[in-house]
Amino acid sequence: MNVLLAITAGVLFGGGLFMMLRRSLVRVLIGLLMISNAVNLIIFTAGRLVPARPPLISAGESALQPPYADPVPQALILTAIVISFGVTAFAIVLMQQTYRSLGNADMNEMRSTDTPVEDEEEAAS
Amino acid sequence: MGFMILLLTGFVLTFTAPWIRRRLRKWSLPVFLLYPLAALALLWNISETIQKQSAIAVSLPWVPSLGVNLSLRIDGLGWLFGLLISGIGALVIVYAHGYLHHHPQENRFYGFLFLFMTAMLGVVWSEDIFLLFVFWELTSISSFLLIGLEHPEEKARKAALQALLVTAGGGLALLAGLVGLTLITGSSNLSVMNTLNGKIVQSELYLPVLLLILAGAFTKSAQFPFHFWLPGAMAAPTPVSAYLHSATMVKAGVYLLARLTPALGGTPQWHTLLTLFGLATLLAGAFLALGQTDLKRLLAYTTVASLGTMVFLIGLGDSLAIKSAITLILAHALYKGALFFVAGGIDHSAHTRDLNRLGGLAGTMPFTAFAAVLAGLSMLGLPPALGFISKELVYEAALESASGGNALIALIALSGVTAVGIWVAFLPFWKKPDEQTARGHGEEITLWLPPVLLGLISLGLGLLPGIASKALVQPAVEAVLLKSTPVKLALWHGFTPMLALSGLTLAIGTVLALNRMRFQPAVQTILQTLAPISPERGYERGLTGLKHFAALQTNFLQNGYFRRYLMVTILSGILLVGIVLLQSDSLPWTSFTPPRFYEVILVGVILTGVFSVTRTSSRMVAAALLGMMGFTIALIYLLYSAPDLAMVQFTIETLSVILFVLVIYRLPQFTRTRGGPPAVLDVVVSVAAGVLVTVLVLTLSAVPHDSLVTSFYAENSLKLAQGRNVVNVILVDFRGFDTLGEITVLALAGIGVFALLKLSGKTEAIRTSSQEETK
Repeated sequence: MNVLLAITAGVLFGGGLFMMLRRSLVRVLIGLLMISNAVNLIIFTAGRLVPARPPLISAGESALQPPYADPVPQALILTAIVISFGVTAFAIVLMQQTYRSLGNADMNEMRSTDTPVEDEEEAAS
Repeated sequence: MGFMILLLTGFVLTFTAPWIRRRLRKWSLPVFLLYPLAALALLWNISETIQKQSAIAVSLPWVPSLGVNLSLRIDGLGWLFGLLISGIGALVIVYAHGYLHHHPQENRFYGFLFLFMTAMLGVVWSEDIFLLFVFWELTSISSFLLIGLEHPEEKARKAALQALLVTAGGGLALLAGLVGLTLITGSSNLSVMNTLNGKIVQSELYLPVLLLILAGAFTKSAQFPFHFWLPGAMAAPTPVSAYLHSATMVKAGVYLLARLTPALGGTPQWHTLLTLFGLATLLAGAFLALGQTDLKRLLAYTTVASLGTMVFLIGLGDSLAIKSAITLILAHALYKGALFFVAGGIDHSAHTRDLNRLGGLAGTMPFTAFAAVLAGLSMLGLPPALGFISKELVYEAALESASGGNALIALIALSGVTAVGIWVAFLPFWKKPDEQTARGHGEEITLWLPPVLLGLISLGLGLLPGIASKALVQPAVEAVLLKSTPVKLALWHGFTPMLALSGLTLAIGTVLALNRMRFQPAVQTILQTLAPISPERGYERGLTGLKHFAALQTNFLQNGYFRRYLMVTILSGILLVGIVLLQSDSLPWTSFTPPRFYEVILVGVILTGVFSVTRTSSRMVAAALLGMMGFTIALIYLLYSAPDLAMVQFTIETLSVILFVLVIYRLPQFTRTRGGPPAVLDVVVSVAAGVLVTVLVLTLSAVPHDSLVTSFYAENSLKLAQGRNVVNVILVDFRGFDTLGEITVLALAGIGVFALLKLSGKTEAIRTSSQEETK
């Protein structure tokens, strides 16, 4: 299964990267989401797969009894998921605002983000 | 210890001098003079020790882990240089007081000047080579600041940059050479190195170290082909030219060569390189000088010639040559400093430095003319000035060296220098004025007193050669050669070949000087023809090339397209990690665990999702596919013992998709950006990155997994934190502060989202109102 998951992580990462290389802003955003999922999978798989042994101390025990799933990568991924949600939310709104003030969502046309479209028109006229 | 305090005071003065100057105005002069006078007093105080061929040493630990100490050692050579630096420094302060009066940069000038004075004293007093290097670079920096003093002028900025690039570039080479020297000797202490000549010379690092150190010394002392920055540096105000670019700083390279003679010298390589470059510089300097008409450039090129002579003499390396080098350093500092002062005085009075427009100034500037004659005598090598003795010694050393050609080259070049000396010291004062001639208006005491003093000292030392040799030259020579060397300078040696050569030099020089109008245009024509292959042009070409390369590289790597940045980053990552992976052993597949059928289905769902997302043209489908992939991953978490992860992933994925769908309808369709070049490269890069990630994960999971951290949490989460869910305990207890940071990040993202939305409301309001107005 770990080989399978490794391949999944690779495909997800590659697909995300492909999307990020597109010109459409929306696709870039989708790519970003896919890559953050891929990275979580990488950490998860690299931290060893242990089926059906969650890191919970059962009643009557004073410590985790092996075999157990490593809690450290899980804590790490949990943080990563939450943070990536923050990033996603910010990116989505930023993207929407960019589109609104620049009037397009083509990455190739966004070479001068610091001069809004109106200013350029003024400069041209 | 006094010397250490003196240097520290110098650095304090660097920053306070402009302020003192603003506060005290005219009365800052005596305050500023205190510093060089204190240095002179300290040096006077130890003169008896120096005469006995011993030295004063102080040392403070600086970087003990590297064996680098803040250690000073003042021996005969450092003492002589110290006298020149502080003595001429005092005169420069007096001179600048008159010369830079009402100059807009006057206040800060003194700050730079003290920085230089301190750094230069540090160079000649340092015992530790890395301390010496720090001071060495400080002199380059202060020279940059002083040349660029007139920074509103482009010429000054260019010259300053040129001087800095050449000398600091050489400084880098020097640093590498000094590190090499430390590697060979195991010490950064100059005295220790100077006793290890055998070890250094036999080391296989000897030649590279020698070449690097020579690169540093040659650039600093303006040796051919690095000489071009020195005439450029004449853009600086005249006090700076007199001080840095003739009397002291440019001699730092010569000083270093003299200082390292016991350590590096005595080999054929040393001998050949130094004499070759020295003679080339002497010839080039003299020839270039003959083509100039600007007083300061004339002096600058003859300075180049004199520096070449010094390097040549140090290259010869026998006691006679070193004796003559030290005498030349002393004589040259005195007469060239004075002549620069004179040139500045003329400039100040007649507002031109062009030989063709100068003449008949002796009447209006008698004291300056007197100073010019005194210094001119020394430059021409006429008795009884010190320059005469030094020129005799140069010829003697050249004649005694193996090849007779040396003396011939010296004769040719020094004749040229003599001619230039006549032009600079006599033409402006005694040439018959014609209609082109600029009128001079008087002279000021601050401008003529310093050159007169220097000229008188030069004359006095020539008349009393006993004092010069015993008190000044002999200790320095002994400090260079590290052995007792009696020095006896005399004005009259009897009828010797040297006297004949001196006379011949003077005769040729006078003939050249008198026929200036006839042959100077010819020299200028030759120089113009040679200009395309001159080192200066090479420097310019190099600089332009570097700029082009930088532009090219920037345009390639940072062309403003997001995808290019991403591509470059990913490709570099693939390349670097790929190389490491290829070098490691073949992939370990031992950890393979067979999947169950429902796992295969989950993975299949994700893979299908990825492929569909890349192909779909509908935004809604893409959002749905994203959600599908996210939920499937949550299921994988659930299967492999991570219930917390699964719950968080479910929640967040739902939120993300909702947010995405809400916003997405305001955005354009994908189809708008369809078309364009085929995405073959994109596919290749993406696939490569995907493969790399897969391989990386497999490699990672093959590494033995034993984490101390994990077992700590496993044992202690109930004991110490009273929690049974270990993942939760880690997040809210053991790593609670990290979670606090995470919350902060989320809060910031929330504020950002809010601000962006708020901002959009405003701009929209403005836009609609303006639209309504236009309607």
